[in-house]
Amino acid sequence: MTELRHRGGKDTEPPLQPQTSEDKYTEIMKADSGVPEVPVPPDDTPVVLISVLTVCVFFFRWKNWWVRGILTLAMISFFFFIIYLGPMVLMMIVLCVQIKCFHEIITIGYSVYHSYHLPWFRTLSWYFLLCVNYFFYGETVTDYFFTLVQREEPLRILSKYHRFISFALYLTGFCMFVLSLVKKHYRLQFYMFGWTHVTLLIVVTQSHLIIHNLFEGMIWFIVPISCVICNDIMAYMFGFFFGRTPLIKLSPKKTWEGFIGGFFSTIVFGIMLSYVMAGWRYFVCPVEFNNDSNSFQVDCEPSELFQLQDYALPSILESVTGWTTVRLYPFQIHSIALSSFASIVGPFGGFFASGFKRAFKIKDFANTIPGHGGIMDRFDCQYLMATFVNVYIASFIRGPNPSKVIQQLLALRVDQQLHIFNSLKTHLTEKGLLPAVEEAAA
Amino acid sequence: MTELRKRGGGGGDPDSTDNISDKEADGDDRLGLQGDAEGEIDADAKADTPDVPLSTADTDNTPQCLNKALEGLPPRWKNYWIRGVLSFAMISGFCLIIYMGPIALILVVMTVQIKCFQEIITIGYRVYHSYELPWFRTLSWYFLICVNYFFYGETLADYFGALVQREEPLQFLARYHRFISFALYLAGFCMFVLSLVKKHYRLQFYMFAWTHVTLLIVVTQSHLVIQNLFEGMIWFIVPISIVICNDIMAYLFGFFFGRTPLIKLSPKKTWEGFIGGFFSTVVFGFILSYLLSQLQYCVCPVGFNSETNSFMVECEPSDIFVIQEYTLPAVVQNTLSWKTVNLYPFQIHSIFLSSFASLIGPFGGFFASGFKRAFKIKDFASTIPGHGGIMDRFDCQYLMATFTHVYIASFIRGPNPSKVLQQLLMLQPEQQLSIFHTLNTHLRERGMLPPAAAQAE
Repeated sequence: MTELRHRGGKDTEPPLQPQTSEDKYTEIMKADSGVPEVPVPPDDTPVVLISVLTVCVFFFRWKNWWVRGILTLAMISFFFFIIYLGPMVLMMIVLCVQIKCFHEIITIGYSVYHSYHLPWFRTLSWYFLLCVNYFFYGETVTDYFFTLVQREEPLRILSKYHRFISFALYLTGFCMFVLSLVKKHYRLQFYMFGWTHVTLLIVVTQSHLIIHNLFEGMIWFIVPISCVICNDIMAYMFGFFFGRTPLIKLSPKKTWEGFIGGFFSTIVFGIMLSYVMAGWRYFVCPVEFNNDSNSFQVDCEPSELFQLQDYALPSILESVTGWTTVRLYPFQIHSIALSSFASIVGPFGGFFASGFKRAFKIKDFANTIPGHGGIMDRFDCQYLMATFVNVYIASFIRGPNPSKVIQQLLALRVDQQLHIFNSLKTHLTEKGLLPAVEEAAA
Repeated sequence: MTELRKRGGGGGDPDSTDNISDKEADGDDRLGLQGDAEGEIDADAKADTPDVPLSTADTDNTPQCLNKALEGLPPRWKNYWIRGVLSFAMISGFCLIIYMGPIALILVVMTVQIKCFQEIITIGYRVYHSYELPWFRTLSWYFLICVNYFFYGETLADYFGALVQREEPLQFLARYHRFISFALYLAGFCMFVLSLVKKHYRLQFYMFAWTHVTLLIVVTQSHLVIQNLFEGMIWFIVPISIVICNDIMAYLFGFFFGRTPLIKLSPKKTWEGFIGGFFSTVVFGFILSYLLSQLQYCVCPVGFNSETNSFMVECEPSDIFVIQEYTLPAVVQNTLSWKTVNLYPFQIHSIFLSSFASLIGPFGGFFASGFKRAFKIKDFASTIPGHGGIMDRFDCQYLMATFTHVYIASFIRGPNPSKVLQQLLMLQPEQQLSIFHTLNTHLRERGMLPPAAAQAE
């Protein structure tokens, strides 16, 4: 959320003309503080009309808040709805959001550089988006749906040579770029090339991390996103009611009170939400593909992370609350880490986006959502959070993916497979999982 | 090799007529700067180089001894001699470091990477006149260190699993490697956000993006080079040599027979050079692979010997480095009257590598030429007399390194067995058991295990 997102009904076009003086900023901010100018009617206007106008102004001022409030509620309801619809739909939504964010940022690039008429460039940007998405989706599908891929012949070939095909597609785009260089526009074209690649790096890679998180279990998708949303809203509320000390020059409307208040309330919210969600298998189980029914299933034995355990409270808390132990899901402890990140480091994603908008003198990324700006405006903090969750899972939670290990095993040479088989057998026998005299069931 | 590298004294900047039309593009860049707007536009109407004393690309870097030796020659020949001597020196240097072994090679790759990064970043500073931006130099180098730490850590953990497991601090670092790298990167990111200064937002974002694109190009691809190296030194030597050969051969063919221009971007390239370079590179690659496939030193994957704590390159050569008989197609049989021919399979692969180096590799060179034209510089730097900067020499190599890596991953190498075992041992016991049974069935079908009770070795 940035302070530049006021929509009092006028000035809906982001000002793309470069404005060179500081005063313009204060002008914009004053004009958008929600107090539109009251048209001063000439003296002979009837009093009724004046009072009607005053009433309209009053509602006009609150209209801004109403629009934002309603849209917020609509977006949150929509979020719950798509969670209900299941993993496939979620993946589709993530893909759509990614495409829209990419489109928004690229459009800004065109406006900044006045490069809308560059030959080929729009085609090339979308082509690169397609290539990178093909690469990532291919890797994801190969990893998680290994058995499905092995069954279908064309899919098997595509997955075996997947990296080569992706690289060839990318190279084609690269060569087309080189061939499209036009004498007068070299620098512009290189700028747009760089712009496209940085956007791909930010938007596409992180949306794929979101999908990886999703496959770990929907809870790893829902809780981080909810924590970021909660932090946004809570920091805003605390700032609104108690805000006094400015936080950072980049976003003058953020305050320390909002920051700290948001931190604590997000942690509490995270703990409560994890408690509620950890009880449901639908959220907790990894998303898997069922070969027989050819559909996604979320059914499993919940892992230890999602089983209630007793924790002994430290003595301080014991004396305060009078409980010796408390029953928690281990996941709730992890959620504290996630909430802390969302409150402390997440806002830097927002500051980055604010700085970006100031640098290129735009109010919002786009006008897609009334009252809120573009999709990118809503998702600027989410991306950093998604990356963190993915790294967190990889480092502290998840082991390697078993189907991926099988896939790699079967790709080895037979003598290597035999060697691994023997090592594994020794290991399992030591652990007592196999009887010492091998009579392996087929 | 680009045509902009003329140092014979003739030939002014062919792009001087572009200055006026690019002024509009430049003008947009400048408008973000408060109070600098008017002065900067005029200064940038000329090429970027003259004002700033940092443009080392324009100074003559030739060592004194060479200058003295070539005093008597006319300037044009002097230029060729310098280039020839330096080419020879570079190729000898290349052979020397190959002789010195894998560790030396890794260090050299890293040095080249750092130098390329520095060259490109310096160009960015000059283009944007951002040398005095607060923090930025520190941040660029910091990001370089972070990304290198991430990649080197992944490589080390993959290839030297045994060494890593032995040392306690290394074990900890390896287990939480991604988290530590991410935390380091985030620290840099937050420092960047905190360093944003009101007047310079746009500049800072430009430099941030410039740094990241440079990292993407330079650092990731140098790590692919190192991974190729670990597959076997031949996968490092042959691609690099092929690109060098293509460069030189295309130049020579163009010099003697060149007539039809190839692409507007590089006016000195010709179709004759292109095609001649293609055929001669394929032949060269074929011959070089034959020579190198016989040496175990080149062919074996680089392994780490836990006992002697050193790198070793000793192994049983894999199938592609063992001579096999191929039956020639009937057409060739009639002309040559040979029925079969003894080849290393690697030589067939080298044909593909050579084709890529000759056909697609030059696009890397065109990209670099376009980049230099766009930013109105003659060379990336003047590190190597007669040749320009390190980046000038390596612009085609990067694309080749990526292609070699993808080629190996797709067609040659399977997964690394020790890595697979390592992952297996990290799984849950039930998962291990299920994989054990799957593998059991699979091996039994293949006939590697007797159908009766399996025996432990």
